[in-house]
Parts: sequence; structure tokens; C-alpha cells
Amino acid sequence: MSVLLLLAIILALSGLAFILGRARSISKVSGNIRDLHSLPGYYGWHTALTVLFPSIVVLVLWLVIQPMVLSNGAAKFFPEATRADSVALTLALDDARRVSRGLDAMIANGSKSEAEIAALDTATTDVRALLAEVNVALGSDVSAESLDAAKYMRAASHSGGFWMALAVMAVAGVGLIFGLSQVHPEFRARNRVEKAVLGLLILASSIAILTTVGIVWSMLSESISFFKMYPAGEFFFGLTWSPNFSGGSTLGFLPLLWGTLYITFVAIIVAVPLGLFTAIYLAEYASPKLRSWIKPLIEIIAGIPTVVFGLFALVTVGPILRDYFAQPLGLGTSGSSVMTAGIVIGILNIPFISSLADDIINSVPQSLRDGSFGLGATRSETVRQVILPAALPGIVGAVLLATSRAIGETMIVTMGAGAAAKLSLNPFEAMTTMTVKIVGQLTGDTDFASPETLVAFALGITLFVLTLGLNILALYIVRKYREQYE
Amino acid sequence: MKDQQIEERAVTAHTPRITARKVNVHYGTSHALKDVDVDILANTVTAFIGPSGCGKSTFLRCLNRMNDTVASAKVTGEILLDGENIYDPRVDPVRLRAKVGMVFQKPNPFPKSIYDNVAYGPKIHGLTRNKAELDEVVESCLRKAALWNEVKDRLDAPGTGLSGGQQQRLCIARAVATAPEVLLMDEPCSALDPIATAQVEELIDELRSQFSVVIVTHSMQQAARVSQKTAFFHLGNLVEFGKTEDLFTNPKDPRTESYITGRIG
Amino acid sequence: MTDFIAGAAAPKTSILGVSAKMRRRNAAETRFKAYGIFAITLSLSVLALMLWTIFSDGLSAFRQAKMTFPITLTAEVLDPKGNLNRDEMAKITTVGYGKLLAQAFEAELKAKGISTEGVSAKELGALLSKDAPGVLRAEVLANPSMVGTTQNRSILASGRVDGYLKGRVTRETAERDNQISPAMLDLADRLVAAGILSAPFNTRFLTSPDASDQRPEAAGLGVAMIGSAYMMILVALICVPIGVAASIYLEEFAPKNRITDIIEVNISNLAAVPSIVFGILGLAVFINFAELPQSSPIVGALVLSLMTLPTIIIATRAAIRAVPPSIRDAALGIGASKMQTVVHHVLPLAMPGILTGAILGLATALGETAPLLLIGMVAFVDNYPAPPMEGMFDPATALPVQVYSWVTRSDPAFVERSSGAIIVLLGFLFVMNVTAIILRRKFERRW
Repeated sequence: MSVLLLLAIILALSGLAFILGRARSISKVSGNIRDLHSLPGYYGWHTALTVLFPSIVVLVLWLVIQPMVLSNGAAKFFPEATRADSVALTLALDDARRVSRGLDAMIANGSKSEAEIAALDTATTDVRALLAEVNVALGSDVSAESLDAAKYMRAASHSGGFWMALAVMAVAGVGLIFGLSQVHPEFRARNRVEKAVLGLLILASSIAILTTVGIVWSMLSESISFFKMYPAGEFFFGLTWSPNFSGGSTLGFLPLLWGTLYITFVAIIVAVPLGLFTAIYLAEYASPKLRSWIKPLIEIIAGIPTVVFGLFALVTVGPILRDYFAQPLGLGTSGSSVMTAGIVIGILNIPFISSLADDIINSVPQSLRDGSFGLGATRSETVRQVILPAALPGIVGAVLLATSRAIGETMIVTMGAGAAAKLSLNPFEAMTTMTVKIVGQLTGDTDFASPETLVAFALGITLFVLTLGLNILALYIVRKYREQYE
Repeated sequence: MKDQQIEERAVTAHTPRITARKVNVHYGTSHALKDVDVDILANTVTAFIGPSGCGKSTFLRCLNRMNDTVASAKVTGEILLDGENIYDPRVDPVRLRAKVGMVFQKPNPFPKSIYDNVAYGPKIHGLTRNKAELDEVVESCLRKAALWNEVKDRLDAPGTGLSGGQQQRLCIARAVATAPEVLLMDEPCSALDPIATAQVEELIDELRSQFSVVIVTHSMQQAARVSQKTAFFHLGNLVEFGKTEDLFTNPKDPRTESYITGRIG
Repeated sequence: MTDFIAGAAAPKTSILGVSAKMRRRNAAETRFKAYGIFAITLSLSVLALMLWTIFSDGLSAFRQAKMTFPITLTAEVLDPKGNLNRDEMAKITTVGYGKLLAQAFEAELKAKGISTEGVSAKELGALLSKDAPGVLRAEVLANPSMVGTTQNRSILASGRVDGYLKGRVTRETAERDNQISPAMLDLADRLVAAGILSAPFNTRFLTSPDASDQRPEAAGLGVAMIGSAYMMILVALICVPIGVAASIYLEEFAPKNRITDIIEVNISNLAAVPSIVFGILGLAVFINFAELPQSSPIVGALVLSLMTLPTIIIATRAAIRAVPPSIRDAALGIGASKMQTVVHHVLPLAMPGILTGAILGLATALGETAPLLLIGMVAFVDNYPAPPMEGMFDPATALPVQVYSWVTRSDPAFVERSSGAIIVLLGFLFVMNVTAIILRRKFERRW
């Protein structure tokens, strides 16, 4: 929380800087503000920025660099063998970090004093049990090196915190003096402030890029460590998926891909005709009044969270399909199935397809309709032979987007498709998807050193690449199509 | 001059194909057309002229019930095609439009091949029995529209790739292919350059031998060039209707005179 | 041109008659139209079926079976030393309170003359919720002066009794159930008749934290609602400023070049990235790399913000684009800087559109489940998070995640809870959407 306090102090200082800067600008021209280049407020803002910007930069840099320095320092406490192995070192440092956090917690709840902490010794006390009391659970007993490293980390981070506060405040002070010294009537305060604001705007819009970079980087780095432990060929072309958390798993990707694609196929078979006919009816047949009622009603479907559809799949659709179709036909006894998940995802995608298709159909020029009606075509002939062919690229784009959504859908398949990875053609059998397995491998206890956990990142990046490809293709088609009529 | 007179005699001999009596059109609360009486004769080009918003296009769209596609439009009165009321509840507007074809202001070829554009009407109406017959129809219609020589080598190219004048002639070929009895043209040359306009006007004159043609136009010169009869609309009223020559040389109504001399419109 | 088209040679036909061909074409027309009506009807009926299922399953979660009877808080049991010292009293566990409750219940049955035929003493105790002793204990410890008095209390009945009152448990299922017997249900009938057992409005469903597998009757949405509220506040605080800033830049300042193009394509692609991918990002970056605490609203909010940001940027840009250029020209024309024009004129005019977009974006974020599963918000949390800001770092759950975690439990009573939670969630979404619609209607401008 001391960082928050420091932030508050910086903000208060910038507030002060604003007032001082503004007052100074007015006093420089003895109250005749027409002589100033910019309004007094801009001088205030400029001074505030000279305080805020450098001190924030120092604060952030310090927060990033300090843990690295601490880890380097703490590593010295461990034997040469541990330091040589990067995985072992990471684990040891993690443990030490946890212990140091536990020691902090003991101080915070008053069960130990600083002196008692300093005197702690693994030989005489069960440190693990002590830590457990403050809700810090450890996988093994605390070693002497680990405790020493933890003590070092605590001490170093405390003194680091002190120096950080000092450095940040010093920078803020220098910024204040510099900012005030800049204030004189010819100084173009407004232009400087606007430049700074523009910089902030650019920063904000680059967050989208940073997110993409973050996604790719986070998944790629973990995937690479997965492929170091598990051969990529066996992953991408393996026909069996049977993870085993005690080791020796077979992690074949194909059954998951098959389940994903099968469910997506069912979903598209449901969503495309229903969504398309809904859009056609709304765009070509419905009166404006009917349309103004039906369209929002259909769009309600899109506003309902997917977890609700998941419950619907599990509690209603699954049992209905099992009792009325699968069992009488002798195709299975499972409520969770490709059909269940596929149909429900299809329903979820109806409004998506229909509203996209509606836009696309409406963007087909009226003159084409007139041309067709003028030749004596009926409405359905016009739709089928003129409007749909004209709108086809756009509709293909919409279907691709819906496919990508179906592939990435998680909650409905988690609750409605089952967890068994199978390569089967029977749509009433439970199968599983990439997203289900990502959830499965990453919820609960995760061990980031085992292929069973890391495989989720390989699945994640495959999913990302697959959906991204579809999206780019779809957006490209839709954009090309729009240009055609604009 | 002699030719002209013979032609006029021929015109009067023609029988009316469409007879409109007391036609009124309302768009919501606005009264777009008031008590219009017009006879459209066979093998004649009839031109509707008048300033913008005078109701000439509205009336044209009544003749094949294109106004049905506008929800707020309400048409009253009587329009007879060969003695049958086209607003009779038993009439299927789809069938009516096959007999009363339409060409629009802006060329609107379908985003299909040239061949498919022309074949569209015969296909939906089932006018041909086989591919050979359809090929024949497409060729003869494209010839009629004076487009055949320009496109015969690229019938599979998209119709949207043609020039403006070619597109409009393609639309005329498309309308002709449904074998209509009456052909309605809503300012067919307004989006075309002068050369294309001349080609289309020439075509209209040729089409007269087989169809009655009704053309809405902004240009009085065009009306004078292509039509035998002209109707002048003003503020929803049919002001004057008669032989084109009479209307332009000897207008009976002062409003017509003001318009053709350029004082209104 | 003698060989003119087939149609010209065809005999003149009346437009009044109906040919077989026309009949066929009209039938096709009717069929085509019917497909449309069918598609709409089917979609809407599935929607209706879904809502009906959820409401019929879930509305009963808002009522809860309770037993009302006087409880004597015997001093000898609760405060053996007789000094009302809280630390001493805390040594009495829930077992002691449980016995006390059972005794009081039995005494009340005797006093009211209700026969307990076929029901053993143990089964009698099983009619009360296992959660009840804990609640009573907490109440007594909070207010030790209650010891020695007799209190009239409404005590939670067990989940099975609750299910019986709501029709979920029947005598047939009771036969096969080791937690309830038909004789106990008979007794429940008598208790209802005597006015001891009733099902009043269930405020605890909205306020209590989650409860363990064996106590569906005590499970509530308190922690989930606080978690969701914290996340929505943070998402709004993160997304709206950043989203507006990014949109202003892209719409008003960005030069049309490659980089801007990349940003734009990026934003539209991010809007279509599966939400679970953001969960993976959150796990890797915020939890493993930045070491923020698992299951905490701050991590949830960061993940949901990254997910919602593209949507908000797209909506905000549309709102800014809808402000006509004439307004910008007017401001620039009197010497305002570009930045002043945007801040003084464009933003205020675009504000209703921006707010509408932001509310709808938040509504999507509120209903999102998948990414939250990966950052540990599915954990069992029965402590309320602290008030902000510290609370943002405490473990919590979220409404949609609570729906999911209840569904995965074995006791069918949790399906009711789950559906009830959905009703609450849909309630919030409804309010947000209606607010957005009202905002849009109220400030809709025709330029």
C-alpha cells in the first residue's frame, strides 16, 4: 500500500504545482493575462506535468527493476547446483518469496516481532507450520538457505522501498522547480500541454497493440517450454488425449480439434439457416412495425451471458435430446453431447448471423430490387436470385465470423459437450473441445513446470491463430464487399 | 413532312392498351396525383413531362403496380390493361409486371453475367423450354437493344462491368426479354452521356414497332424527339395530354406554355 | 428480326386468370415466407423456453424454508464459566449449539403436541440446516448478553425440507435418499400446519457468502455480487478513459498511415478474439508475471478491461464520427486549437453515445465467465472481501462464475440456486440495457 501512498503524494504535489504554476504565470505579467501566450491554467497544467511525468516514470522503473535486483541478491544464498539450473532456481526463489511474504504477514498480525523474525532458525522452529498459520502454504519444509534468502529479501525490499520513496520525491521536487522556472509570458504552455495530452492519447490507442503482443508473447513463451518437454509432432498429430498429472501423459491434439470442429459444424448448420431466414424475413417481408418488435427480441438472445446458455444446455436441451432422440435411436445415453453443445451454440449465434446478414441485405441497393420486381419477379425470386447472390460475399464473411465465435465458445461446451476426448462420428456422444481442455488444465492446482498444464498454452495459441485467421479473412471479405456498394 | 403525317394517321388508328381513369395517389398524407385520365396506345411512344415532383414518375409506377412495394402509397381510381383492371384483387402484380415491363432511371444490372441478366426474366417466368431457346431469346433481345455486337464475345462477363450506356441498354434488353406488351421507362437517359442517350433514343423508336412505350423524361427535347404523344404533369395534375407536335407547338393550357418556354420547372 | 422471342408469339393471356405456373410460383413464395416466420418463431420460442426454464427453476431460490421456534440459550452450555468472556465462549463449538438447537426444536414439538412418529431423534435434528448452529453461534458471540434468555428465531431448515416445500423432493425420491425419509416429510407437513415451518422471502440468498456442498440452503450470492461490483467499477474506471482517449486519437488526430491501419485492424480483431484467450493472458501476465493475487477482483477487472476495451473503442469512435464536421469547423474557425475543439465541442456532443457504448460494454463484461475461471475466481470463497481498495486484492467470485460453480455441484438443490443467480444476473443486465436505451432515446440527436 506504500506505493498507493506514494502515488497520492505525487498527485498532491502535482496539484500544488498546478496552483503555483498558474499563480506564477499571472504574477509574471502582473495580472494582465492578455500578455501571456496561453491561458494561466495551461501554465498550471504544464508545471503539474513536469512534476507528475518524471516521478511516475521513476516509480514504475523502480517497481520493475527492484524485484530483479532482489532475485539476483537472493540467489547468492542458494548452492551452486541450484543456481546452475534455471528451473530449480526459479522454484527456490518462488519459495523464498513466499516465505518472505509469510514473515511480513506474521509481523502484520502481531504474532512475531522483528527481533523474533531475525532470530528464526529452521533447525529449532518448524517454520512451515508457522507460515501455515498465516495462510502461506508451502510444498515442502523451509530450508535454511530459503529462510536466509527470505530474510534478505525482506530487508532489501524494505530499504528499497525507502530509497524508492526518497528518489521519487526528489524527482518530483526537481520537476516542480524546473516547471516553475519555465513559466514566463512567451512560453508556449498550451502547445506543450497539448503535446503531452496527445502523447497520452497515442499511448491509450497503443494498448490494443500491447494486448495483442501480450497475448502472443504469454502464450508463445509457455508453448515453447511445452514443446521442449513434449514433441510438437506428437502433439499436433496425436490421436489420443489422456493427460495424467503424475506424468507419462499422451497429449494428442487431433481428438480435441475434431470435437471442436464437429460441434462448430453442428452450430453452423443450426445458426446459418435460422439466422439467414430471420434476416431475410425482417429485411424483406416484415412491416416496419413488426420489425421494430422482432429485431430487439431476437437481439435479446445475443445479450444473454453464455453461462446461461450453458445451464440451458445442461439442464434442458441435453436431457431432451437424450430422452427423445439418442436413447430411442440407440445412439447413446449421455446428455452431454456434440448435438447438445452444437445446437445451443447455434442458437446463441442466430442473432449474430441475422443482424450481420440484415445489415448486408439492407446494403444491397434498392435499384436491384426494383429492377427485379419491374421484370415481374416475386419477392422470393428476387431474394434468391438477385439479393442473396449480390450479398453473398458479406454473408460468407458473417458465417466465417460466426464459425470463429463457435470455435472459441467456452462455457456452453464446458457445460454441455462433456470432457471425454474422442474421435467419433456419433453426434450424440460426449466429446470435448480445445476450450474445454484449456479450462480443465488451467483451473484448480496448476504446476507451470509440467506439460499437462503447459499444454493449455499450446492449445490457446492454436485457438488464437485459428480464430484470428478466420476473423482476418472474414473482415477482409466484408470490407471488400462494403467497398463494392460505396 | 409527308412522312410525319402518315405516321400520325397510324397513331390515331391504334387501339388503347392502357386506360387510366380518375387515378389518385396518396403517400401518407400528401396527395401526389389527382384525378389523372390517360390512354396509352399500342405501338406508340408516350412521353410524360413536367417539373420535378409533378407526379409523372408516380403515375408511371402505378401502371405496373411498382408502388405496391412502397408501404405508405395508396392508389385509387381505375387503370385498365386490355380492358382488365390491374388493381383488381384477383390480379397478381407479379404477372402484371411481366406484361408491363420497366426500365429505371439508373442502370441497375444485376451483379450477374450479361447472359444471366437477360435470361433472368425468361427463367423466372418460364418462357423458354430449353437452353437453346433461351440462348436464342438472349441473342435476339441483345440485338433488339443494339448491344449484341458489343457483348457477343463476353456474355459471361459481369453486367456491372459495362459502361453506363451499355448497362442501360442491357437493362432494356432484360426488360424486353420478358416479352412485355407495354414498356415503362423512368428517365432512362438521365444517367447517360449524350452519345449513349442518342443510342437509347434510337432504340426506343425501334421498340415502338413491337411494344407501347411510356417514357418519363426531364428533357422536352427528348420528348419531342422520341414520342408521338405527350402528357404534361404539374403539381400532381395532368394538365395537358395530346399529340406531341400539338403540345409543343400549340399548347392549350397556359401552364404548359410556361413550362415549355422555360418559365416554370 | 422475325424470329422474336417466344413470349411475343405466345397467345395473349388475361392478367386476371391464375395459371398453373403462377400458382406454383406463388406457392414457392408462400413457402419461402413461411421459412422466415418459422425461423423467427423457432428462435423466439427457444428464447422463451430458456427463460421459462430458468425462472421456473430459479424463482424458488428467493424463498427459503425456515423453522420458527423459541430457543433457550442455556447459560450452562454456552458460558460454562458464567463470566460472558468472549474468548472463553468461543471454545464452545457449533456442535454445542447444534445440540441446543435440537433440544429446543424437540421441546417446541412436544409443547405444540406434534407427533414425531417414525422419526428418530437424529432425523429430527436433520430437519434443521447444518448451517444453523454456526449462524446462532456467531450471533451469540457478537452479543453475549443474549445468553440465558429465550429467543424466538427463524432457523434455516435443511435443503431437503426446503426442496419438499418447493416440490423438488417428493415421497418417491425420499425413499431413495439417505438424508430424508417419507416419515420426515409427513412431519414437515404437520410442521407447516402448526405454523412452525414456512418459506418466507430469502434475503440471505442475496447477502450470504457461498456455502459448502452439503448446505445448499445456506448458499448465497453476497461475495459474488461484491466481486462483480468491484470488477465493474474497476472496468469502468480503466476502460472508459482509455477507450475514449484511444478513440479521440484514432478519429481526430491519427494520420492515415500504416501504423494507424495496423492499430485499427488490431482493434477489430481483438474484438473477435475468444474471451478465454484473455483469461490465458491474465493468468500468464497478471498472476504469473506481475504476481497479483489469484481470484482477486483486480485481476478479473484487468482481464475484463482488455476484453471490453475494443468494444468500447468501436462504440466511442462511432459516437465521435456522428458529430458533424461543421461543428469542428466552427470551433477551429474562431481560433480554437484542435485539442480545444475536441474537448469543448466534440466530446460533450458524443457523450451520450459514448456512455451508451460503455454501459453495453460493461454489460458484456458482467456476463463473461470463461476468462474468470482461469484466473481462479471459481475458487470457493466464504469470506467477504474487504472494502476498496484492499478488497480489490482479496479473493472473491463473480455472479456468472457462481452460476457455473453451483451447476457443477452434485446436489440438485444447487440447480435452483444457479437459476436464481441467473435471475439476479439477468436483472442487472436488464437494468443496464434499459439505461442504455433510455440514454440513447433521450439524447438522440438529428443533425
